[in-house]
Amino acid sequence: MGKMSVELDVFVGNTTIMDEEVYQFWLDGYTVADAVRVRMEGGVLQECEASAEVLHSDTMDQFRTFQMCERLLHCPSKLANQLLFQIPPHRQAMLIERYYAFDDAFVREVLGKKLSKGTKKDLDDVSAKTGITLKSCRRQFDNFKRVFKVVEELKGSLVENIQQHFLLSDKLARDYAAIVFFANNRFETGKRKLQYLSFQDFAFCAVQLINNWTVGAVDNMVEDMDVDLDKEFLQDLKDLKVLITDKDMLDQHKSLVCTALRGKTKVFNEMEANFKNLSRGLVNIAAKLMNAKDVRDFFIDLVEKFIEPCRSDRWTAGDIKLFLTHYTNSVHILDTFKHQVVWDRYMGVVKSCILKMYHD
Amino acid sequence: MPGKLKAKIVAGRHLPVMDRASDLTDAFVEVKFGNTTFKTDVYPKSLNPQWNSEWFKFEVDDEDLQDEPLQITVLDHDTYSANDAIGKVYIDIDPLLSSEAATVISGWFPIYDTIHGIRGEINVLVKVDLFNDLNRFRQSSCGVKFFCTTSIPRCYRAAMVHGFVEELVVNEDPEYQWIDRIRTPRASNEARQRLISLMSGELQRKIGLKVLEMGGNAVVGYLQCFDLEGESGLVVRAIGTACTLEKLSNSSAAAPPACNSPSKDIKESPLAHPPGHGCRSTHSSPVHTASGSRLSQNFSVSVPTLIFTGMGSGGSAGKEGGPLKTLLRQQTQSALEQREFPFFTLTSFPPGFLIHVGGVVSARSVKLLDRIHNPDEPETRDAWWEEIRQEIKSHARALGCHAVVGYSESTSICEEVCILSASGTAAVLHPKFMQEGCLDGYSDPSRLEEPSPPSCGFCHIPYDELNIPFPAHLTYCYHCRRQKVPDVLFTTIDMPAEAAVTGKGCLIQARLCRLKKKAQGEVNATAISNLLPFMEYELHTQLMNKLKLRGMNALFGLRIQISVGENMLVGLASATAVYLTALPTPGGIQIAGKTPSDITYEQHISNMQKKINDTIAKNKELYEVNPPEVIEEVIGSPIPEPRQRSRLFRSHSESSDEVSELDLSHGKKDAFVLEIDDTDAVEDIHSLLTDTPAPAGFYSCNTEIMPGIYNWTSGLQMFTSVRVFRLSNANLTNQGLNKIFNDLCENLLKSLYFKLRSMIPCCLCHLNFTVAVPEDELIQVAVTAVAMTFDKDQAQENWKLGADKTHMKAIVENEEQLQFPLELCTESPSTNPFSPCRGTGLQESANAHATPRAASVDYSSFADRWSSWIELIRLKAQTIRRGSIKTTSSLEKASPLPEGRSRSLRSTRSYAGSTVAVVKMTPLSFIPGTRIIKYLGIINMFFIRETTSLREEGGVSGFLHAFIAEVFAMVRAHVAALGGNAVVSYSMKECVFMENPNKNQAQCLINVSGDAVIFMRESELEATPAPPQTSCSGGEVTT
Repeated sequence: MGKMSVELDVFVGNTTIMDEEVYQFWLDGYTVADAVRVRMEGGVLQECEASAEVLHSDTMDQFRTFQMCERLLHCPSKLANQLLFQIPPHRQAMLIERYYAFDDAFVREVLGKKLSKGTKKDLDDVSAKTGITLKSCRRQFDNFKRVFKVVEELKGSLVENIQQHFLLSDKLARDYAAIVFFANNRFETGKRKLQYLSFQDFAFCAVQLINNWTVGAVDNMVEDMDVDLDKEFLQDLKDLKVLITDKDMLDQHKSLVCTALRGKTKVFNEMEANFKNLSRGLVNIAAKLMNAKDVRDFFIDLVEKFIEPCRSDRWTAGDIKLFLTHYTNSVHILDTFKHQVVWDRYMGVVKSCILKMYHD
Repeated sequence: MPGKLKAKIVAGRHLPVMDRASDLTDAFVEVKFGNTTFKTDVYPKSLNPQWNSEWFKFEVDDEDLQDEPLQITVLDHDTYSANDAIGKVYIDIDPLLSSEAATVISGWFPIYDTIHGIRGEINVLVKVDLFNDLNRFRQSSCGVKFFCTTSIPRCYRAAMVHGFVEELVVNEDPEYQWIDRIRTPRASNEARQRLISLMSGELQRKIGLKVLEMGGNAVVGYLQCFDLEGESGLVVRAIGTACTLEKLSNSSAAAPPACNSPSKDIKESPLAHPPGHGCRSTHSSPVHTASGSRLSQNFSVSVPTLIFTGMGSGGSAGKEGGPLKTLLRQQTQSALEQREFPFFTLTSFPPGFLIHVGGVVSARSVKLLDRIHNPDEPETRDAWWEEIRQEIKSHARALGCHAVVGYSESTSICEEVCILSASGTAAVLHPKFMQEGCLDGYSDPSRLEEPSPPSCGFCHIPYDELNIPFPAHLTYCYHCRRQKVPDVLFTTIDMPAEAAVTGKGCLIQARLCRLKKKAQGEVNATAISNLLPFMEYELHTQLMNKLKLRGMNALFGLRIQISVGENMLVGLASATAVYLTALPTPGGIQIAGKTPSDITYEQHISNMQKKINDTIAKNKELYEVNPPEVIEEVIGSPIPEPRQRSRLFRSHSESSDEVSELDLSHGKKDAFVLEIDDTDAVEDIHSLLTDTPAPAGFYSCNTEIMPGIYNWTSGLQMFTSVRVFRLSNANLTNQGLNKIFNDLCENLLKSLYFKLRSMIPCCLCHLNFTVAVPEDELIQVAVTAVAMTFDKDQAQENWKLGADKTHMKAIVENEEQLQFPLELCTESPSTNPFSPCRGTGLQESANAHATPRAASVDYSSFADRWSSWIELIRLKAQTIRRGSIKTTSSLEKASPLPEGRSRSLRSTRSYAGSTVAVVKMTPLSFIPGTRIIKYLGIINMFFIRETTSLREEGGVSGFLHAFIAEVFAMVRAHVAALGGNAVVSYSMKECVFMENPNKNQAQCLINVSGDAVIFMRESELEATPAPPQTSCSGGEVTT
């Protein structure tokens, strides 16, 4: 008809009304029109004899509400103290959790990258590649950056700090800890060879690194910093080089492992043939870790130096586990090797990481 | 110097960044009362300052205490330039002046700026020490209690109902003063907010004085309004009902009178029952129509009087009860004669107060505004209202009634034209509440009049059958068969609780737009007053048609609003329709074609007739209107054959009571006849049939509760929705406009149903629509209502039983039961806010209390339980302090908790202090499943918000959305600071929105009011000893 247009249309409840489905559309960066279309397809109209206009009005209202809440969501503890919206606590928790949730596809694109303006500028490429709306990409990116900024300088457990400041669930807080940790250490995760790894693979590795290789890992009393790797430890890793530079030790190591594995694996011959290469690979990775640049390549190195050779020889995951167990433990028998503690601290993490990363 | 006001500024939080360089703020606070100002120290470089100031003390007259708000301004200190204001908080200290209300105001208040909205919060403590000095000549009326609630507040008893009080004060509107040209919008808005706050205080004080003169101690049904008259000034006026209230001594033991769950209410609080009949509506004010252009200043046009009734001609005269009726009437009359205006703003009444209802009386008058020259003598405005009230009074007399109940007044202003409206329900009241000393003397009306069953008595006609003021169609009451009743009853009050209804009720709206030419001055006023009668008539016809279409016979809560714009008038009538068992079954609607020229036409007519008949049948099923078949009079009283006709009487008020009659019935006797000889009628029928019923699971009404629904559960959602429509086509016809307006209202309702669908089964109660024509081509509709859930399956009998059981349990006060709430609060709050156990824990306990509701609702009921539990502890603490051994010991005995747990209880409390307390809001006078244990005072707040960056704030919708949310937040904060957990009888009385998109500007004024209360869940009351009667002697309130 065109004789009438809605100039203004608002609905405000004393208890703020929020529909989780609509919230998700908003988070996903839908326009109001798109959200209305999807809701109509979802059959919500039949629910209450509503029309498209009704749906549009409802969607607009809620999008506006979410927009007004967004400022508070940036500092979730404010949500509980603010007076503007009366939101039941469990709904508050839902709002926060969903706001900070992220897409695996997105996080894989930025994991380990510097959370800088430059990266943010490239988000349109990420959006195009992943099919996630630019708006959503920006929200997720900003969340990463915000959490990073807050916990970067804080002492104490990374996960706990995140949980305390952002009121996230345990699971999500752990994921954020991984993201922060990766961003801080700028681990390379984007190379083609690493594409097969999921965010959860990396998150698992991050937990290993945080729990074993940071300052907080050894001394959780004071000056506890979970974000940075333990510099002293990285220095000490150089000492492991003896395992490959000392020919006697290398041979002895090899024979110990071979003895232990003989008859227990189908890839014994390949293992025996490749032992020195594999060992050199692992030890060299350790020795280089004191350079920040090589830290970044930690995962790509693991793949290139260890996982790929094994994979081409068709090792099974069981083979890998068996090998790494004996490879690690045999060193304890080497009398001349003096760096057992460092070795265990190193191999413990490397072993879990490789086991997690060894899949198709 | 009768009082000392003390204020302490504790802390701030979430302040805005005022110094870009440091991203911090150097905040300090000015505390001002009257002409005295104190300042805190500057708390440097913090967004969460801890001032922890000394107590600032103001020694003031109680007159000032009533008039002035405490004004708190938060500023950012700037060494080199002027300090920047962050925002303000106005605190009305009136609640502290009544001994029965709040004792301390303490809590976080949003810091409000008229340009930026809420900017952080401030924690403030306020106390008042009053030195009573009864002998002096009183200018103040400290201690008179005010209630917005339009019934006797729960937990009080009406010892006397004194009657009508009114007052108005005027001033120049700061927005229109010369200085406004040079000051900032902020300064102007603040001047306005402050002035209105002052005027409200003054108004309340003056009304309080009148109440004291009458010997009362409270005002119930207090209704305050603003008239923004623009150039000619600002009027703040109020009406109310003066009462002497007595606090019920023990609300939980004396179960019946207290404010119970709604279900109980229905049973126990026998509200008034005015019987109403048709509707007598007039545009009052005698015409002083200036024929010449003589009085451009004091121009006033009153509109010809109209009386609408829905009945046909009357039956025979019944003599029964005649003399008794007369006796009663005389007594009432003498009681009322002392009163200039026997008006009552109440909409429901103490048992036995309301005897008969005569029908709706209304009056309107069109005035030309002119500058108020002497604000201290606002004679003109007083005279205007006086006129209207006289008119109302005479209408009531004509209906054989001495009183008007459910009375209200309103205005609509456009430029210099103002429509004044008043309406109410003519009624016969029992004198027992109105005369000194006769409280116990008169027992009940049954002594005076032969006992008429309570469920139908109010329907019986109050006027003399032989001398009916208008032709009415009367029958013997279908309930008692003894008295006469009309065929249709229209009223402005709530349905009396004991009224017998068949099926459920529903919301009915009549909607109408009329174009008018743009004009100025008297020409304009005359044009408007010429249109008004037709609008009233059409609205009435629509109401009647829609009522019949639903197979119902009575309207409650009728409210007719007519708003004036430059080029149109918009009328909206809302009411709740029901089928009163005592009234006759309504006939159907019959369509008559005037000129049955050809066959297709006949066909058309019969199609329409069929549609209408189908709709009526469908509606009867939908609303469960299945009246028992009327067995032809066995008793032998001559019930005239049912037939209905509609008549329009029009009296030209100048020429007294000369009545011209239009008989619209065209001889068809059986049904209400609609003629479709013109396009208007076709439109009417169309709009009749396009009214879509509420979706399954939804009911709606504009009264407090829906007749026919009794078993309310705890789900509650109050909301405000505002829509503004732009009419973009200049060539609109009346019909086109009507359709647009009709669609607008229908779509708004549909949106509400959709929004609230998760609450099904539920009822939208107190649906209050307000229309305005803010600009040339804009129509604004604002709605405030509450959605309440109910239990669909529970039969009425069940709730009755349940209520009795509850009652018994409450009496068998069991100390052991105390444990439950104690455990409840020690456990739940310690959980991490985001961990799911909080939510679930809550829900479980809520479920334990048998409130099967959706998750969203569970939370709130729990949170309420939680906060009211805190209140209970507080009350208990007071009792203990006062040395009530019994309670103390019972508390000790009842908590077999080790030290550690009671400590955790304490920590719990501080936890609760750190999160925001839940405050419920509702336009009703109660909250289902709860009992109001204390009234803390009236909330009456006025806010202005303005923006010069409309687009950046999300356009007009974003702007208004934020503003309404802010208003809610400020109301909740004030209630929480008074120690309350709910606002009842909440209403948004004004929402004036103006925009200028070209300049990227918008401005909005909102006025809200309500009663702050403390309520407790009935389940809690059951479980705990009766809360000590709160005397609020210096109780310390923990935050």
